[in-house]
Amino acid sequence: MRHIISILIENESGALSRVAGLFSARGYNIESLTVAPTQDETLSRMTLVTRGSEAIIEQITKQLNKLVDVVKLVDLFEVPHLERELMLIKVRAEKDDREEIKRLADIFRASIIDVTDSSYIIEMTGSGNKLDNFISVLKPEQILELVRTGPCGIARGDKGLVL
Amino acid sequence: MELSGAEILVQCLQDEGVDYVFGYPGGSVLHIYDALFQQDRVRHILVRHEQGAVHAADGYARATGRPGVALVTSGPGATNAVTGIATAYMDSIPLVVLTGQVPTPFIGSDAFQEVDAVGITRPCVKHNFLVKRVEDLAETLKKAFYIATTGRPGPVVVDVPKDVTDPNIKIPYLYPKKVEMRSYNPVTKGHPGQIKRAVDLLLQAKRPVIYSGGGVVIGEGSESLRELVRETGFPITSTLMGLGAFPGQDRQFLGMLGMHGTYEANMAMHETDVLLAVGARFDDRVTGKIAHFCPNAKIIHIDIDPASISKNVKVDVPIVGPVRQVLQDMVKVIQERKKEIDRPAIEQWWQQIEKWRGIDCLHYEQSDEVIKPQFAVQTLYKVTGGNIYLTSDVGQHQMFAAQFFPFDKPRRWINSGGLGTMGFGLPAAVGVKMAFPDEDVAVVTGEASIQMCIQELATCKQHDLPLKIILLNNGYMGMVRQWQEFFYDGRYSHSYVDSLPDFVKLAESFGHVGMQVTKPGDLESACREAFAMKDRLVFLDVIVDPSENVYPMIEAGKGHHEMYLSPHLSSERELA
Repeated sequence: MRHIISILIENESGALSRVAGLFSARGYNIESLTVAPTQDETLSRMTLVTRGSEAIIEQITKQLNKLVDVVKLVDLFEVPHLERELMLIKVRAEKDDREEIKRLADIFRASIIDVTDSSYIIEMTGSGNKLDNFISVLKPEQILELVRTGPCGIARGDKGLVL
Repeated sequence: MELSGAEILVQCLQDEGVDYVFGYPGGSVLHIYDALFQQDRVRHILVRHEQGAVHAADGYARATGRPGVALVTSGPGATNAVTGIATAYMDSIPLVVLTGQVPTPFIGSDAFQEVDAVGITRPCVKHNFLVKRVEDLAETLKKAFYIATTGRPGPVVVDVPKDVTDPNIKIPYLYPKKVEMRSYNPVTKGHPGQIKRAVDLLLQAKRPVIYSGGGVVIGEGSESLRELVRETGFPITSTLMGLGAFPGQDRQFLGMLGMHGTYEANMAMHETDVLLAVGARFDDRVTGKIAHFCPNAKIIHIDIDPASISKNVKVDVPIVGPVRQVLQDMVKVIQERKKEIDRPAIEQWWQQIEKWRGIDCLHYEQSDEVIKPQFAVQTLYKVTGGNIYLTSDVGQHQMFAAQFFPFDKPRRWINSGGLGTMGFGLPAAVGVKMAFPDEDVAVVTGEASIQMCIQELATCKQHDLPLKIILLNNGYMGMVRQWQEFFYDGRYSHSYVDSLPDFVKLAESFGHVGMQVTKPGDLESACREAFAMKDRLVFLDVIVDPSENVYPMIEAGKGHHEMYLSPHLSSERELA
């Protein structure tokens, strides 16, 4: 089962490697990991997507909580939440393709943020699924470069991850 | 008061009440050693290898319950310390290990004697720090001691670059009285609702077993555990690490459980209907095959570490909290509701257990010709009355000691259970003896293990530590040989310890007394002679039967009911 775990962690050098090290040492898998400081610059917020049985996920959250640098965490899978991922994709855009790609980007509410004679860079935000769908409507040979952040997530309404 | 970083570090140790630091100097820690030299409150014990320093600090911590402190230099000093750190980590021992580091401007430049100590030790510490500014040193050390000693204890490494200890940079010194960390708040009390649920289960039990672990020793829960066992009248078994928390000769004690546990303990585990696990972590050497583990039991688990709960075995009633407090609260509830215990069922349970016990699974065939290792441990017990601190290395001798030396106090049995570190025993005994100079401290070891940290004999000489080393010398890595006999058709691949030194001469060359015993009849008098030499380290080279195996044994991956017994006992098994 896919779980998305949000973690507030001390913004200290080595904190990220403690999390990454925990996953490799205990054989847990990480599908994606994003991290950046929060409005409180002493804290970073990390969003980690992982898969595993209930027992494994329970161990993962316990072991993460045990890390001295981890302040608090929540398994967003257990609460109503939103997920968004950012993708930048550089596509070959020549001749007839230019119009077609522009149209597709509009349909997916993506923005073209860089234009050259032969390429576009398209910026797109959404759920992982939506990004996947956009990729699948492009021809593989059109895609020159692709970069995704992995999802970040936040709980809806009153629930949340605050100190 | 203005102090340099080196002086601050030493002053912090004084303010923390540290009496001994076990260490080895080197380039990156020279400023610290200079500061140590200029005071006499913190005594430095020079070892001969950094692994020994950490094991000695570890032995000190296990015997006293106070944090052990080691000080090593950067690079190889730090890497040599890693085995010691991992040993302490696996057994949850509070240590503060100070590693020197190259000066901050050189970090990352592959400087002389540089390693990423924080990176290397990360998976085997409770936490670690790199101190980048002298202003952070005192607070970091306070945090290190706080983290090491609270919650589930463990080793904390503090990596100190040389420029942070610069004698020419002085800053005002203030050692914080306490630290608070928003990210670290160990549980201080077990949940009363869970405690009640646990007692409800226990009182209904018809075939209960209490399974006690190292957490009871570390968490000072021994007294409360004894009370609980007496109040309930239930049988108790212990892990290797928990021995001594409950008196080894008490009738309610079933002996150790697990791979080399007793028949009665393992069979009771297999048949129990309510298991109370206290400060134990369901290690694979205890559980055997998980699918066969306590197949009919509801399980209660008391542990300070939430991550230990349902890690290997799913439990029914978890209680997260300090064992002592949780046990005390349980005893209170049980005292009020004692009459709910199903006495006839418990009586019947004991009758079954006594049948299993009747097999006498630890029985071995005595010999007049050759010393049996079991007999050597029994002789050690007889001669000392059990009133010693006993450290051990890893292997057959460790298991024989656990089986045949009935510890009756916690913190007396000091061995590397989790990591299984050969070479642990001698340096650990150094730490114990520093802590308790007036007590007898013995090391039970094998000829393979002892050679892994034999250099610490010099430390014993320098610091005048009259240990008694009982070497059960069978010429083999006994446990490896045993597995090769059982599982590899007797192909003894590299388990014969060839070219052994003359241990008597070796001990003498270090300035100690060496003695060799080969006949069973001479053993007791030799042992008495050794312990009578109060001010000398005596190295007793006991030549034992090389073919002896540790029984009972559960093969890895088998269940508790699938024990091998000693061949001469196998027929007895049917009777029970």
